[in-house]
Amino acid sequence: METVIELVDVAKTFTRRHRRPGSLRRTRTNVPAVNGLSFTVAAGEVVGYLGPNGAGKSTTVKMLTGILVPSSGRIRVAGLEPSRQRSTLARRVGAVFGQRTTLWWDLPLRDSFQLIRHLYRLDPARYACNLDQLVELLGLGELLDVPVRQLSLGQRMRGDLAAALLHDPAILYLDEPTIGLDVVSKSAIRQFLLDRNRTQGTTILLTTHDLGDVERLCDRVMVIDHGRLAFDGSLEALRALVPVPRLLVVDLAAAGPPMAGVEVIRVDGPRQWVTIPAGSSAAALTARLMAGYDVRDLSVEEPSIEDVVHRLYAGHAGAARTS
Amino acid sequence: MVDAVRAYCLLARTWTRAAAQYPASLAMLTLSQLVITGMDAVVILIVFQHTSSYAGFSLPEVMFLYGTSGVSFAIANSTIGTVDQLGQHIRAGTFDAILLRPVPALVQVAADQFSPRRLGKLVQAVVVLWVALATLDVDWTASRIALVPVMIVSGVFIFGAIWVLGATYQFFAVEAAEAMNAATYGGNFVTQYPLSILSRDAIRALTWVIPLAFVNWLPALYILDQPDPLGLPTPVQFASPLVALVLCLIAALVWRAGVRRYRSTGS
Repeated sequence: METVIELVDVAKTFTRRHRRPGSLRRTRTNVPAVNGLSFTVAAGEVVGYLGPNGAGKSTTVKMLTGILVPSSGRIRVAGLEPSRQRSTLARRVGAVFGQRTTLWWDLPLRDSFQLIRHLYRLDPARYACNLDQLVELLGLGELLDVPVRQLSLGQRMRGDLAAALLHDPAILYLDEPTIGLDVVSKSAIRQFLLDRNRTQGTTILLTTHDLGDVERLCDRVMVIDHGRLAFDGSLEALRALVPVPRLLVVDLAAAGPPMAGVEVIRVDGPRQWVTIPAGSSAAALTARLMAGYDVRDLSVEEPSIEDVVHRLYAGHAGAARTS
Repeated sequence: MVDAVRAYCLLARTWTRAAAQYPASLAMLTLSQLVITGMDAVVILIVFQHTSSYAGFSLPEVMFLYGTSGVSFAIANSTIGTVDQLGQHIRAGTFDAILLRPVPALVQVAADQFSPRRLGKLVQAVVVLWVALATLDVDWTASRIALVPVMIVSGVFIFGAIWVLGATYQFFAVEAAEAMNAATYGGNFVTQYPLSILSRDAIRALTWVIPLAFVNWLPALYILDQPDPLGLPTPVQFASPLVALVLCLIAALVWRAGVRRYRSTGS
């Protein structure tokens, strides 16, 4: 497979200047955002790029687009060096930065899209076809004449997504692409992204807090922590490496002490959280509890991606304890 | 370069159309620009009510200086003046979006929020220059005639380069817009009148440090056949295009360095 993204030992350090209270002298501290990061992404891959806030996710994506210049190391995207060939690269990548819009704040969506068409010099037929498809899929029809600043977050995200895809980018960076969207739009966007990936071989790198995004879209997961790669593999491999048990949420008739014979990890009045041991079924556990207690309601909680990632960090810190 | 100009025109047209959605507002703003700048020009007439010569310059001569500086400044201001909003773009994070597009960042920042109302100042300056040219008592040789458009175009580029240099400083200190205004708006103000009213050291600074004297003062000395208070050799009076070129190159290099130093904001 052809490599489209390559990072070799990339570091980015920010210099922060601050003044100590009562002193006029400024001190400088170097804050490493990314440190010794190396990975490659092949054409057509869909990669989930995960990590806690401040781990260096955005910094990485900004270096990949050429917005930020790495302090050291080598970056190649589509055979180009992003920071030096930013404009050339811009035609081949699309990006959606979650909370920030790439649209023109005071212009209606229609004008923004028209501008993009001209700035990227898109073929009119291709543009019209893409726009129709995106407008229909993302439900933008009624929003086209509304200035971007008047759109809600979810509406704006849809507009941003359309804007990022109008020029058929070979590589797409998505930062929280489904944040603020309802279930139907989420599902439509995921389906759309998958179609793009399958039909056009679009490489996708996405950061997200939504496990649904990762499960539905990503063949591969990378976890970054303190500016370094902490995990790189499939979602299954990540789950196998850091098994986070599913939980059975049990609502009892009355508040009482933790139930005996099972591992209760949390009690809140009549509600108790019980781990479902790896390898055993929720049904067996439920049957045992039903026999011994007056159970009013039951539900199963799947571990969130946060739990898994959190465990991974905790595991690094205290490997002896978990093993 | 052609691409950059094309992209600029495209953005400017889009913003003009957006501004034209509120025609009354646009007309009022343009008119108020015209009135404010018109009042500014009236000051010259008031001064000459009391004297027939100002620092050795007649009324048409001062109007010539005022008009040439004004035209250069107005063109630079309306085409590239919004680079002083760079700090805003950096703070709001919109500069990230600008860097994502396949068009030079400077073009995008300069064309942002383009509004034809800024042409109000240009109209005023053109009128003043027109009157000056019609009433000047000058022996219009070919070289004098040719020097007028050359000095105006050079002036546009000198003002533009100073604008960009000032804006670039905001990559390093986001709140620096005020310092820059001193060089641009202040530069326009100081070149509207004969520099000979200033001390010789001030004229030297405006020649060699911030080369505003090349906008109109030095070429005007040749056109108006006035003595140079610094006694510089005559070729200097023709050096405006060269100065403009050098200044633009410096501005381009510094801008590029600034973009590479850009550190974005957290998201």
